[in-house]
Amino acid sequence: MTATPEELKDRIEAGIPGARAEVTGDGHHFNAVVSAPAFEGLSRIAQHRLVYDVFGSEVGDRIHALSIQTKASQTETIS
Amino acid sequence: MTDESPNPMRDAIQGAIAENHVILFMKGTPDAPACGFSARTVAVLQSLNTPFAAVDILPDPRIRQELATLSNWPTIPQLFIEGELVGGCDIVMEMYQSGELQQALGVEAEEAPEEPASAAAPTQGPPISIENRL
Repeated sequence: MTATPEELKDRIEAGIPGARAEVTGDGHHFNAVVSAPAFEGLSRIAQHRLVYDVFGSEVGDRIHALSIQTKASQTETIS
Repeated sequence: MTDESPNPMRDAIQGAIAENHVILFMKGTPDAPACGFSARTVAVLQSLNTPFAAVDILPDPRIRQELATLSNWPTIPQLFIEGELVGGCDIVMEMYQSGELQQALGVEAEEAPEEPASAAAPTQGPPISIENRL
Protein backbone atom coordinates (compact mmCIF):
# COMPACT_ATOMS: atom_id res chain seq x y z
CA MET A 1 0.00 0.00 0.00
CA THR A 2 1.30 3.41 -0.91
CA ALA A 3 2.00 5.75 1.97
CA THR A 4 0.09 9.01 2.08
CA PRO A 5 0.89 12.33 3.72
CA GLU A 6 -2.22 11.90 5.87
CA GLU A 7 -1.02 8.54 7.13
CA LEU A 8 2.39 9.94 8.03
CA LYS A 9 0.85 12.93 9.77
CA ASP A 10 -1.47 10.74 11.83
CA ARG A 11 1.30 8.36 12.79
CA ILE A 12 3.70 11.10 13.82
CA GLU A 13 1.03 12.79 15.92
CA ALA A 14 0.06 9.46 17.49
CA GLY A 15 3.64 8.38 18.05
CA ILE A 16 5.07 11.54 19.62
CA PRO A 17 3.05 12.92 22.53
CA GLY A 18 1.64 16.36 21.79
CA ALA A 19 3.18 16.49 18.33
CA ARG A 20 1.70 18.47 15.49
CA ALA A 21 2.80 17.60 11.99
CA GLU A 22 2.36 19.03 8.53
CA VAL A 23 3.25 16.46 5.91
CA THR A 24 3.43 16.81 2.16
CA GLY A 25 4.53 14.21 -0.33
CA ASP A 26 3.92 12.20 -3.44
CA GLY A 27 3.72 8.72 -1.94
CA HIS A 28 7.48 8.17 -2.03
CA HIS A 29 9.18 11.41 -1.06
CA PHE A 30 7.75 13.22 1.93
CA ASN A 31 8.44 16.39 3.81
CA ALA A 32 7.37 16.68 7.43
CA VAL A 33 7.36 19.77 9.61
CA VAL A 34 6.90 18.59 13.17
CA SER A 35 6.60 20.46 16.42
CA ALA A 36 6.35 18.76 19.79
CA PRO A 37 7.02 19.58 23.42
CA ALA A 38 9.15 16.42 23.55
CA PHE A 39 11.74 18.12 21.32
CA GLU A 40 12.54 20.68 23.98
CA GLY A 41 16.19 20.50 24.93
CA LEU A 42 17.05 17.82 22.38
CA SER A 43 19.63 18.15 19.64
CA ARG A 44 18.39 18.18 16.05
CA ILE A 45 19.72 14.66 15.64
CA ALA A 46 17.69 13.47 18.60
CA GLN A 47 14.59 15.31 17.42
CA HIS A 48 14.80 13.79 13.96
CA ARG A 49 15.43 10.35 15.44
CA LEU A 50 12.15 10.59 17.35
CA VAL A 51 10.37 11.17 14.05
CA TYR A 52 12.27 8.45 12.19
CA ASP A 53 11.57 6.05 15.05
CA VAL A 54 7.84 6.34 14.38
CA PHE A 55 8.39 4.59 11.05
CA GLY A 56 11.28 2.27 11.82
CA SER A 57 12.52 0.32 8.85
CA GLU A 58 9.83 1.76 6.58
CA VAL A 59 12.06 4.78 6.08
CA GLY A 60 14.18 4.13 3.02
CA ASP A 61 11.86 1.34 2.01
CA ARG A 62 8.11 1.92 1.80
CA ILE A 63 8.70 5.57 2.67
CA HIS A 64 11.47 6.20 0.21
CA ALA A 65 12.59 9.54 1.59
CA LEU A 66 11.43 11.55 4.55
CA SER A 67 12.66 15.09 4.87
CA ILE A 68 12.18 16.52 8.35
CA GLN A 69 12.11 19.91 9.98
CA THR A 70 11.54 19.92 13.72
CA LYS A 71 10.92 22.52 16.37
CA ALA A 72 10.07 22.39 20.02
CA SER A 73 6.52 23.62 20.49
CA GLN A 74 7.10 25.84 23.49
CA THR A 75 10.13 27.93 22.78
CA GLU A 76 12.69 27.80 20.07
CA THR A 77 15.90 27.56 21.97
CA ILE A 78 19.06 27.29 20.01
CA SER A 79 22.00 26.98 22.30
CA MET B 1 35.34 -5.52 21.56
CA THR B 2 37.38 -8.28 20.04
CA ASP B 3 34.98 -10.78 21.52
CA GLU B 4 32.25 -9.75 19.11
CA SER B 5 31.81 -11.78 16.01
CA PRO B 6 34.05 -10.42 13.29
CA ASN B 7 32.41 -7.83 11.11
CA PRO B 8 34.95 -6.37 8.69
CA MET B 9 32.42 -4.07 7.10
CA ARG B 10 31.46 -2.51 10.41
CA ASP B 11 35.10 -2.22 11.40
CA ALA B 12 35.94 -0.53 8.12
CA ILE B 13 33.13 1.98 8.50
CA GLN B 14 34.06 2.70 12.10
CA GLY B 15 37.66 3.09 11.08
CA ALA B 16 36.79 5.48 8.28
CA ILE B 17 34.69 7.61 10.64
CA ALA B 18 37.46 7.65 13.23
CA GLU B 19 40.22 8.48 10.78
CA ASN B 20 38.56 11.26 8.85
CA HIS B 21 37.83 14.60 10.47
CA VAL B 22 34.96 15.16 8.06
CA ILE B 23 33.38 12.23 6.26
CA LEU B 24 30.24 11.98 4.19
CA PHE B 25 28.46 8.74 3.42
CA MET B 26 26.51 9.35 0.26
CA LYS B 27 24.92 7.84 -2.82
CA GLY B 28 27.37 8.25 -5.65
CA THR B 29 30.51 10.34 -5.50
CA PRO B 30 31.08 14.06 -4.94
CA ASP B 31 31.67 14.43 -8.68
CA ALA B 32 28.69 12.29 -9.62
CA PRO B 33 26.11 12.25 -6.83
CA ALA B 34 23.37 9.69 -7.45
CA CYS B 35 20.69 11.34 -5.35
CA GLY B 36 19.45 14.89 -4.86
CA PHE B 37 19.95 14.81 -1.10
CA SER B 38 23.53 13.67 -1.46
CA ALA B 39 24.12 16.26 -4.19
CA ARG B 40 22.88 19.10 -2.01
CA THR B 41 24.97 18.03 0.94
CA VAL B 42 28.09 17.79 -1.22
CA ALA B 43 27.35 21.22 -2.69
CA VAL B 44 27.22 22.77 0.78
CA LEU B 45 30.52 21.21 1.82
CA GLN B 46 32.17 22.24 -1.42
CA SER B 47 30.88 25.79 -1.09
CA LEU B 48 32.70 26.01 2.23
CA ASN B 49 35.92 24.75 0.66
CA THR B 50 36.18 22.22 3.39
CA PRO B 51 38.10 19.03 2.72
CA PHE B 52 36.08 15.92 3.32
CA ALA B 53 36.24 12.21 2.77
CA ALA B 54 33.35 10.61 0.92
CA VAL B 55 32.10 7.04 0.84
CA ASP B 56 29.74 5.85 -1.85
CA ILE B 57 27.31 3.46 -0.17
CA LEU B 58 25.82 2.16 -3.40
CA PRO B 59 28.36 -0.48 -4.47
CA ASP B 60 27.53 -2.79 -1.56
CA PRO B 61 24.18 -2.86 0.29
CA ARG B 62 25.98 -3.95 3.44
CA ILE B 63 27.59 -0.53 3.75
CA ARG B 64 24.23 1.09 4.21
CA GLN B 65 23.03 -1.65 6.55
CA GLU B 66 26.03 -1.48 8.81
CA LEU B 67 26.15 2.30 8.74
CA ALA B 68 22.49 2.57 9.73
CA THR B 69 23.10 0.18 12.61
CA LEU B 70 26.17 2.06 13.78
CA SER B 71 24.72 5.52 13.54
CA ASN B 72 21.11 4.70 14.40
CA TRP B 73 20.13 6.86 11.46
CA PRO B 74 18.06 5.42 8.61
CA THR B 75 18.76 7.70 5.68
CA ILE B 76 21.60 8.69 3.37
CA PRO B 77 23.54 11.00 3.24
CA GLN B 78 25.13 11.05 6.67
CA LEU B 79 27.75 13.59 7.63
CA PHE B 80 30.19 12.92 10.45
CA ILE B 81 32.47 15.53 11.97
CA GLU B 82 35.11 14.35 14.42
CA GLY B 83 33.47 10.98 14.74
CA GLU B 84 30.02 12.37 15.55
CA LEU B 85 26.99 12.08 13.34
CA VAL B 86 25.96 15.62 12.47
CA GLY B 87 22.94 14.68 10.41
CA GLY B 88 21.54 14.17 6.97
CA CYS B 89 20.70 16.63 4.26
CA ASP B 90 18.00 18.50 6.23
CA ILE B 91 20.11 19.11 9.31
CA VAL B 92 23.20 19.99 7.29
CA MET B 93 21.16 22.58 5.37
CA GLU B 94 19.67 24.05 8.54
CA MET B 95 23.08 24.23 10.16
CA TYR B 96 24.59 25.81 7.07
CA GLN B 97 21.94 28.50 7.03
CA SER B 98 22.35 29.23 10.72
CA GLY B 99 26.14 29.24 10.56
CA GLU B 100 26.45 26.29 12.93
CA LEU B 101 27.94 24.09 10.23
CA GLN B 102 30.70 26.57 9.51
CA GLN B 103 31.39 26.66 13.24
CA ALA B 104 31.43 22.87 13.53
CA LEU B 105 33.81 22.64 10.60
CA GLY B 106 35.94 25.47 11.89
CA VAL B 107 35.95 27.15 8.50
CA GLU B 108 35.29 30.57 9.97
CA ALA B 109 37.88 30.28 12.66
CA GLU B 110 41.59 30.83 12.18
CA GLU B 111 43.52 27.72 11.44
CA ALA B 112 42.70 24.79 13.64
CA PRO B 113 45.82 24.22 15.73
CA GLU B 114 45.29 20.51 16.07
CA GLU B 115 47.83 18.33 14.39
CA PRO B 116 46.75 15.34 12.40
CA ALA B 117 47.64 12.01 13.91
CA SER B 118 50.60 11.18 11.73
CA ALA B 119 51.01 7.71 13.13
CA ALA B 120 47.73 6.45 11.69
CA ALA B 121 48.41 2.96 10.48
CA PRO B 122 47.41 2.39 6.89
CA THR B 123 44.50 0.03 6.66
CA GLN B 124 44.95 -2.90 4.41
CA GLY B 125 42.35 -3.42 1.75
CA PRO B 126 39.27 -1.98 3.42
CA PRO B 127 36.04 -3.28 1.87
CA ILE B 128 34.80 0.24 1.25
CA SER B 129 36.39 2.75 -1.04
CA ILE B 130 37.03 6.16 0.43
CA GLU B 131 37.54 9.10 -1.79
CA ASN B 132 39.71 11.11 0.48
CA ARG B 133 39.72 14.79 -0.22
CA LEU B 134 42.07 15.74 2.54
